[in-house]
Amino acid sequence: MTFALAAAGPVIPNYAAQSSSCEVHNRLFCAEWVRRNWAPVLWPALREHVVLAVVAVAIGFVISMALALAAHRYSWLERPTTLVTTILYTIPALALFELLAAPVGLNVYSAEIALVSYTLLILFRNILAGLRAVPADVLDAAEGAGMTRRQTLLRVELPLALPAIVAGLRIAIVTIIALATIVYVVYDRGLGVPIHTALGEGPFKTELIVAGGLAILLALVADGLLVLAQRLLTPWARVGES
Amino acid sequence: MKTADTAHSEGPLAFAQAAELELRSVSKRYPGQREPAIKELSFTVPAGEVCVLVGPSGSGKTTAMRLINRMIPISGGDILLGGRSVLEREPRHLRREIGYVIQQIGLFPHQTISENIATVPRLLGWPKQRIAARVQELFELIGLDPEEMAGRYPAQLSGGQRQRVGVARALAADPPLMLMDEPFGAIDPINRARLQDEFLSLQEKVKKTIVFVTHDIDEAIKMGDRIAILREGGVLVQYDTPREILTHPADEFVAQFVGADRGLKRLALTTLAELTLIEPNRLGADLVADGSLQVGRQTTARDALSLMLTAGGRPLTVLDGDGHVAGLMTLGVIEKLLSDEAAEPHAGPR
Amino acid sequence: MHEFVEALRFIAHNGAVAGAPTLPSLTHLALETLKVGAIGVAISVVLAVPLGVWLGHLHRGSFLAINIGNIGRALPSLVVLAIGDAFLGLGLTVVELALVILAFPPIVTNAYLGVDTVDRDLVDAAKGMGMSGFEILSRVELPLALPLLFVGIRTAAVFVISTTTIAALAGFSGSLGDVIANETSYHFSGVLGAAICVAALALTVDGALTLVQRVLTPRGLRVAQLESSAEAGLAQPAA
Repeated sequence: MTFALAAAGPVIPNYAAQSSSCEVHNRLFCAEWVRRNWAPVLWPALREHVVLAVVAVAIGFVISMALALAAHRYSWLERPTTLVTTILYTIPALALFELLAAPVGLNVYSAEIALVSYTLLILFRNILAGLRAVPADVLDAAEGAGMTRRQTLLRVELPLALPAIVAGLRIAIVTIIALATIVYVVYDRGLGVPIHTALGEGPFKTELIVAGGLAILLALVADGLLVLAQRLLTPWARVGES
Repeated sequence: MKTADTAHSEGPLAFAQAAELELRSVSKRYPGQREPAIKELSFTVPAGEVCVLVGPSGSGKTTAMRLINRMIPISGGDILLGGRSVLEREPRHLRREIGYVIQQIGLFPHQTISENIATVPRLLGWPKQRIAARVQELFELIGLDPEEMAGRYPAQLSGGQRQRVGVARALAADPPLMLMDEPFGAIDPINRARLQDEFLSLQEKVKKTIVFVTHDIDEAIKMGDRIAILREGGVLVQYDTPREILTHPADEFVAQFVGADRGLKRLALTTLAELTLIEPNRLGADLVADGSLQVGRQTTARDALSLMLTAGGRPLTVLDGDGHVAGLMTLGVIEKLLSDEAAEPHAGPR
Repeated sequence: MHEFVEALRFIAHNGAVAGAPTLPSLTHLALETLKVGAIGVAISVVLAVPLGVWLGHLHRGSFLAINIGNIGRALPSLVVLAIGDAFLGLGLTVVELALVILAFPPIVTNAYLGVDTVDRDLVDAAKGMGMSGFEILSRVELPLALPLLFVGIRTAAVFVISTTTIAALAGFSGSLGDVIANETSYHFSGVLGAAICVAALALTVDGALTLVQRVLTPRGLRVAQLESSAEAGLAQPAA
């Protein structure tokens, strides 16, 4: 089991026929190289990276929501859940990927299981905190109006917990996008692949900067989109006292 | 009986029948506590009347109220709404038929005012048009402009406005019974008096059966058709009209609770229109009515007393609606009023 | 499963690999990791805590303090290290620089929030008693800010250990990451063994710091409540 390198055509700066002088001298940013390699290398890596991150956060969200709802109902569940998710969270990514690769193999599953593990603590804590922050008098009024537990949860508690939930999602997505750059040690997809390739070539600055820059940009864009989503979903939070 | 859908379609002022509420030996015991929180409480609130539960803290008045809509489970006894035991119903169906107003109101911050008001009708599955029409009615009933307010959020309203919306929300499905737990408690005193008056005129129109909890005896006297005075352990000490309680307090506890100035409080309940005034030419020798102190017949006896005392005991000239002299008012009339009432045998239900 | 047995054997032999006597032992690498990490955390603490605490005391610069945290989270460690390697060559100094860049945000954000969220009424009362700004900071705000501050330091410490191991991917030698990055020499059993050690190391450091935090926190403070809000808002996994 060795590090699998991306098969999507690594570009060697000194490949005589195709390299420009910019590449040969390993200057800061070679537009020519980027243009040539966007379709075969960079765009697929970016796409894969997005998929990795979104799938991880989505699965993590579902699991964390289930855990948080359970802990909201049965408060004794909070401590053990926090303990387990904290442990998962504390294990450094590189180690966790390798530890999972042993039983699960060098595939997408190791990658996703590890990434999902990192979302759990963040999302669990935030969702639970959001649910708990609903004022007691609002809950009393809901019960007094004749809502069932389920109706109260769906119509009152979850909507009011939205800000905290979105805050958690923001942290989770940004974190996972950054983490996914290391996924390549067990699964050769994502922006980590061109970064790894670049490291092996010099390091090749252009590839490094572009791939790294894309990862950072991706994280900031995701964060921005979620902020927008929150604004749209919580119109009541924007209005102040009249 | 299927899930109650109590509003009638006759229009705004033809509200559903209010229902009679009866508590029969209701008790509430918390595990691990020696004394029960409520011990065999029994009383009946006739349909369409306001019954105020009042007492010091620890008297179980809020507990008693919350037993009615089963927010707290009943340990013993029964509660009948419109002759039917509340224990026979599913709590959620029961509560959709009972208006519920709490001190902090608990408006849903994430919903507009309209959506808040429409809560119970939506739970009952009313068709959209009906809900919209009803919400419109209620806006008018509580005196808020629907154009302006419907799309607003609770955070944008003042305390008094939120309070009114809370009442509207409770009335939305036209319930036969309303429970109100210190609904005006969180409002400043100035606005509280105004809200109380507005509520009383609202009740004139809708005539619901209402159980109203307060710790303030003055509010109880003002708002209640009947008052139930509770003491520690949910023990009912007296259940009477305000006037009876003020005139004939059942024991030392009640007398202390209503205050030593209960005589004055009683006077506040009577207007000059209800009294026999003195003929202008029948005044005693030492009293002179120069016509400079004039009051209308709607003045309360208490205010009249205050005026007379500040004027050095001079009589008042009472005018009726047309401005004609209806008679004279003296301190003597007040004294006689108070002592006559006290001498009357205890009247009214217990 | 047998790979885990092999891995444990590797650990038991302190990282000795048959036929390669010159490879450094696990203990050595673990200690190196701790050393490198400790320097990084120490420098970050020295830089970030005063800044964050000062901004929090003045209740200014919240946009900056919080967004540094957000941006810091978006920086992949590998990218920072790789850029350091590309432009400066990956020696110890550059690695430490990368560690400081990555550890600074969580510490400064938490230091800021720790002091900023101290109950204003308490600060007001202290002022009313005649305490100077500095006295308020040292006697009221800092003790109350300690839990949140420590969460930031713990986060940074674990983060730093993780980044140190990742540095091996970028070519830096001198941490347990060397083993993980060098499967050819160590075989998968070695890689797995080192991974187990790294995990254990991180958990131990986190546990130790938690203990220190508990010891340093004045009694009567509701640590759990503060911690949960801190970790919910600001946590960063080790990457």
